[in-house]
Amino acid sequence: MRTSGVRLDAPLLGIDELLADEGVRIIVCTGAGGVGKTTTAAAVALRAAESGRRVCVMTIDPARRLAQAMGLRSLDNTPRQVPGVTSPDGSGSLHAMMLDMKRTFDEVVEAHADPERARAILANPFYQALSSSFAGTQEYMAMEKLGQLRARADAEGTWDLIVVDTPPSRSALDFLDAPERLGSFLDGRFIRVLTAPARGAGRGIGKLAAMGFGLFTNVLNKILGAQVLVDVGTFVAAIDTTFGGFRERADATYALLKDRGTAFVVVAAPERDALREASYFVERLEADDMPLAGLVLNRVQQVTLPEVTPEQALAAADRISDEDGSDARSDAGLTAALLRLHADRQRIAARQRHLAERFTAAHPGVAATTVPALPGDVHDLDGLREVGAYLADPC
Amino acid sequence: MNSLRAAMTATWNYAGSVTTASLGPGVALHVVSGKGGTGKTTVSAAVALALASQGRRTLLMEVEGRQGIAQLFDVPPLPYQERKVAVAPGGGEVWALAVDAEDALLDYLEIFYNLRRAGSALRRMGAVDFATTIAPGLRDVLLTGKAIEVVRRTDKAAPDAYDAVVLDAPPTGRICRFLNVNSEVSGLAKVGPIRNHADLVMSVIASPRTAVHLVSLLEEMPVQETIDAVAELRENRLPVGGIFVNMTRPPMLTEEQLDQAREGRLPAEQIAALAQQAGLRQDAATVAAALVLEGQDHAQRVDLERRELQRIADLGLPTLTLPLLADGIDLGGLYALAGILREGGVR
Repeated sequence: MRTSGVRLDAPLLGIDELLADEGVRIIVCTGAGGVGKTTTAAAVALRAAESGRRVCVMTIDPARRLAQAMGLRSLDNTPRQVPGVTSPDGSGSLHAMMLDMKRTFDEVVEAHADPERARAILANPFYQALSSSFAGTQEYMAMEKLGQLRARADAEGTWDLIVVDTPPSRSALDFLDAPERLGSFLDGRFIRVLTAPARGAGRGIGKLAAMGFGLFTNVLNKILGAQVLVDVGTFVAAIDTTFGGFRERADATYALLKDRGTAFVVVAAPERDALREASYFVERLEADDMPLAGLVLNRVQQVTLPEVTPEQALAAADRISDEDGSDARSDAGLTAALLRLHADRQRIAARQRHLAERFTAAHPGVAATTVPALPGDVHDLDGLREVGAYLADPC
Repeated sequence: MNSLRAAMTATWNYAGSVTTASLGPGVALHVVSGKGGTGKTTVSAAVALALASQGRRTLLMEVEGRQGIAQLFDVPPLPYQERKVAVAPGGGEVWALAVDAEDALLDYLEIFYNLRRAGSALRRMGAVDFATTIAPGLRDVLLTGKAIEVVRRTDKAAPDAYDAVVLDAPPTGRICRFLNVNSEVSGLAKVGPIRNHADLVMSVIASPRTAVHLVSLLEEMPVQETIDAVAELRENRLPVGGIFVNMTRPPMLTEEQLDQAREGRLPAEQIAALAQQAGLRQDAATVAAALVLEGQDHAQRVDLERRELQRIADLGLPTLTLPLLADGIDLGGLYALAGILREGGVR
C-alpha cells in the first residue's frame, strides 16, 4: 500500500541487471557524507551474493551494529566470509572487510622493502604522521586496497565482484582526486629536491628551484624546526629506493576505475546539499569518461494513497473539526489528525520530488532508483535484504 | 511569518525535553561540529545570528573550503577577508570569513616574521601547499590559530574585535584531531615557533572561553556519533558545550492517539465514515486503511525519535531542539532558527 513518494523521471537503475552482468567486476558506491553509502554498498553486495556472485565488500566506517551483522568484529583489514550467505544454487558467497588505512600503508611498505628498511620507514615520524592523518591517505589507501583485492581476485579467482564504499570525505570528488594529490606530492618537485643530496650532488635542481629552495628550507625550518625536513628527506629517500613512484600506483588504480568492468553508483538523500554533491560527481564522471551506473536516491518519503492530495486532506480535516469540534479524544478529532498527517507526508514527498527533479532535469540520461526512508537504521542481514529489494524495485 | 514562528515554538517544545542552555556567558569561541548531513553549517549560522542580537557583532568562520556560508546567506563566494553578511534583530551584525590554510600561513609569516613578500614568492612556487601538506597538523594549527587570533582581539580591545566567534568546524569524526593541535604538532615539532603557536592556541581552546557544540538528528547513527564525540572530547579535556538536535518534527497525534496506533486500535470503520462525510470521494475503506497505516508509521517514528532523544538527554548536557523547516533553509528560516536559539538561552 505504501509507495515511494518520489517517482523519478529517469530510466530505472536496474540493480539486478547490473549484478547479473559478469563483465561488471567492481562497483563503487559514492556520495556526500551521511546519505547511507555504507548501507547501500552492503545491501548491493548481499544482493549480488544471493544472486550467485562471489562478492567481497570493502566498507570504510560502518556503524557498529551493521559491522556486527556482517560478522565484522574488528577493524582488521582482512576480508572474512559472512556466514550463511549464499544463493539458492549455492554458488554465491560474501566476504566483508573494514579498511584500516594505517595498516594498509604499513603493508605496502612491508611488501616492497626489505625488513630492515621497512622498519626504518615505519618508525619515521613523518611516515607516522602521513600514514595516520594526511587528508587523502584514507582515499589513497582505499584505492590501494581495491587494487590489492582485485589482484587477489584475478590471481586466485576468489571473487568475481568487489563492492567498495568510499571514505567520508569533505567532497565525494576527493575519492578520485586525493590519491593523485598524494602521489604527485610524494613524487613532486620539492620532495625530489629535498632528497637530492641523498641521491647525489644536487642533480636535477634547476636554477629557480635552487634559488627558491634556500628560502624555502629556511622558512620551513623556522616554522617547523629543522628536524621535520630531515625526517621527510629520510623518509622519501628510503621509500624511493624501495618501490616505484606513488603517482604510478595511483595512476594504475585510477585506470582500473575507468575500466569498463567498473560501475559507479552515486548515492544521495533527497536534500539540496547531497544532491548538489551528486551532481558534481556525475559531471566529473562524465568529463573523465568513467562508467556511471546511476543514482540511488536514499531515504525518500513513502506515501500512501497519493490520489488524496494535501489540499483535499486538509479541507476534509477542517470540515470535520468545524462540524464535530476539535476534541482530540473523539473519533472525529482522530480522523482530522490523521488527515493532517497524510497532508504533511505528501508535502514532504512533494518537496523531495521537486529537489530530485532538478537533478534529473540536469542529468536526463542518468538512470536512478529510490529507497524509502525506513523507520529504523539497518543493522541485520534482513534489513540489508529489504534495502536490496527496494534498490531493484522501488515500487 | 507569525504562524511559522508559532508552529516552530510548538516544535521547539518537542517531547518536553528542552533544557535551557546557557551557551552565551563567558564563551568567546563557539565550535560547532556534527556528523555529515546534520546541518552544522546552518546551525552555526543560526548561532552566530542569535549571538549577534542587541547590537553585538559576531564572526562566523568556515574552514573547509566549501563556501557553505555564502550559499546560506545568498552572497557571492567569501574571500579570505571578513565581510558583513547579515544584520541581526536589534542592530547586531554577523560577519563571515572563509579561512584558507595558505592565506593563514602567509598571515602567520607576516605577523611573526614580517615575511609577507617571501611568503608570496613561496606560494607561487607551490611551497606553501607543500609545507601544509608535509605537516598535516600545520594546516589545523593555522586554521584554529586564525580563530584564536580573532578571539584575542577582544583582550586587546582592538577596534575590529567581535563579541563572539562561531566556527563551523570539521565533522565529528575529525573534530578532536582538529582541535587538539598540541598533540598533532608534537609529533612533528617538539620545539620551535610553531610549537609555541600551538601552545597559545591550546591555551584558548582547552579553556572555559571555548565551547564545542555538537549537532545531531534523532536518528541512530548521528546520535551514536554525538555520544562518541562527547566521550572523545572529554577524554581530550576539550570543553563540551551543548547539543543541538536539528530537523525535528513534532508528533502530529496526541499521546492517546499514538497509543491507539501502537496497539492497533485505530477505528477504521469510523474513520472511513468520517472521511466520507467530510467529502473525500475516494473509496472510504481504502482511505481509512491508508490513514491507519500512516498513523502506525507515525507512532513508530515518534517512538524511535524519543528513544534517541532520551539517549541524548542521558548525556546531561544543555540540549536545544530545532525544527525541520518544511520549505528548506532560506534566510527567513535562518532568522526563525536564531529566534528559537535565543529563547533557548543562546544569547
